Amino acid sequence: MRFADEFRDAALGRALCSEIRALVEPGRTYKLMEVCGGHTHSIYRYGIDGLLGDAVELVHGPGCPVCVLPMGRVDDGIALAGRPEVIFSCFGDVLRVPGSHGSLLDARARGADVRVVYSPLDALAIARQNPEREVVFFAIGFETTAPSTALTLKRAKAEGIANFSCLCNHVTIVPPLRALLDSPDLRLDGFIGPGHVSTVVGARPFQFIPAEYGRPLVISGFEPLDVLQSIHMLLAQLADGRCEVENQYSRVVAWDGNPRALEAMAEVFELREHFEWRGLGFISQSALKLSGAYAELDAERRYEIPGVSVADPKACQCGEVLKGVIKPWECKVFGTACTPERPIGTCMVSPEGACAAYYSYGRYARAGAHEPEVAV
Amino acid sequence: MSVCLAIPGRVVEVLDHANGLALIDVGGVRRTVNVGLLDAGTDELAGQWVLIHVGFALSRIDEREAMATLQLLQEMGADYEQELAQLRASAIE
Repeated sequence: MRFADEFRDAALGRALCSEIRALVEPGRTYKLMEVCGGHTHSIYRYGIDGLLGDAVELVHGPGCPVCVLPMGRVDDGIALAGRPEVIFSCFGDVLRVPGSHGSLLDARARGADVRVVYSPLDALAIARQNPEREVVFFAIGFETTAPSTALTLKRAKAEGIANFSCLCNHVTIVPPLRALLDSPDLRLDGFIGPGHVSTVVGARPFQFIPAEYGRPLVISGFEPLDVLQSIHMLLAQLADGRCEVENQYSRVVAWDGNPRALEAMAEVFELREHFEWRGLGFISQSALKLSGAYAELDAERRYEIPGVSVADPKACQCGEVLKGVIKPWECKVFGTACTPERPIGTCMVSPEGACAAYYSYGRYARAGAHEPEVAV
Repeated sequence: MSVCLAIPGRVVEVLDHANGLALIDVGGVRRTVNVGLLDAGTDELAGQWVLIHVGFALSRIDEREAMATLQLLQEMGADYEQELAQLRASAIE
């Protein structure tokens, strides 16, 4: 793997860390939010948070689509899955997300026909193969995933596959960032911008962050050195008194994003007036629903959906984790009542969730220092 | 699957120009992937590296990026294995 070496060069990593430390203004602390769960995963996997010195703190953001799925929407999915004519299809990550009365996995154990698919196109294939059944695809994800659902729905419409529909839970990245910036709970100094979402939306949608909130954002790749370089670029901006959107991941992310993906999304989806996010509450214009032209493929119009908003369990502090107010290990149930095997909150479900990533990697580094504190 | 994961693969051949489907090799697993989101014409894709997310090629990448990303994913261990297992079960038409 000769190509990978330059992204892993330990000497380069050490040099970047010392440059980052040199950019720190004496007496100042920096709170930087990594928006994307993929970055959270890399940060814990490679112990990046431990390399930066005390002045730089990394705060985990809301960019894990499984983590922000509210209980009410899981309940809606389970209600559909319980219909005898329905084959309910979803990504594997969704199976264990707790609803108010168990998860889709529990529904399957009770006899519901719940199938894990790798792609929405696999769900469409199931619909073709089972014309006597109704196939519902439970769509989740940010702008990274929404174009794939859009193309699948275009194909379903073009082929007239009438027994296919989509329960759409796609969300958009900008509104929760604005909500976080408006929140008095958290003072952030800058953002490590999402990599894959930006592949689709480009850099432009993030320009409101420097323009309106005076905070820099650097779109970052997922290699450990990418993340370190992005942190360096953020601190350099702050040291120079600059504030802009920069693209560290330009080898993959184009400034204008992916025009074909954006076109497909614009055709198939429209913005919801508001949508509930787990832990963050209702955020206006933060999610997508099927547009009028695709109404016949919209599970929300085809079926009666409970649509009940359900409060998170009292013990669960995912909301505070998602807003970066607390660290995973500061949650009362972390690693005790809430584990990847038996999650209470969504952040423990997906490998990109801050709690699951920390549970897998980070807690060993902090063993002893924090474990007594998480005992309930 | 992990919703955030995008994995590199190499286009072997385009199977269906009208529906934008191509045969792609991902770590030795050959599966059908939709290439309709790429800005390239389907006839120039053979041999190209792409980043794949939920059965769709999201962007073209160079070989260097592909190798680095593959190494990162292999180091993730179980999560990457699970992604490959789910890709193996995929039967996009």
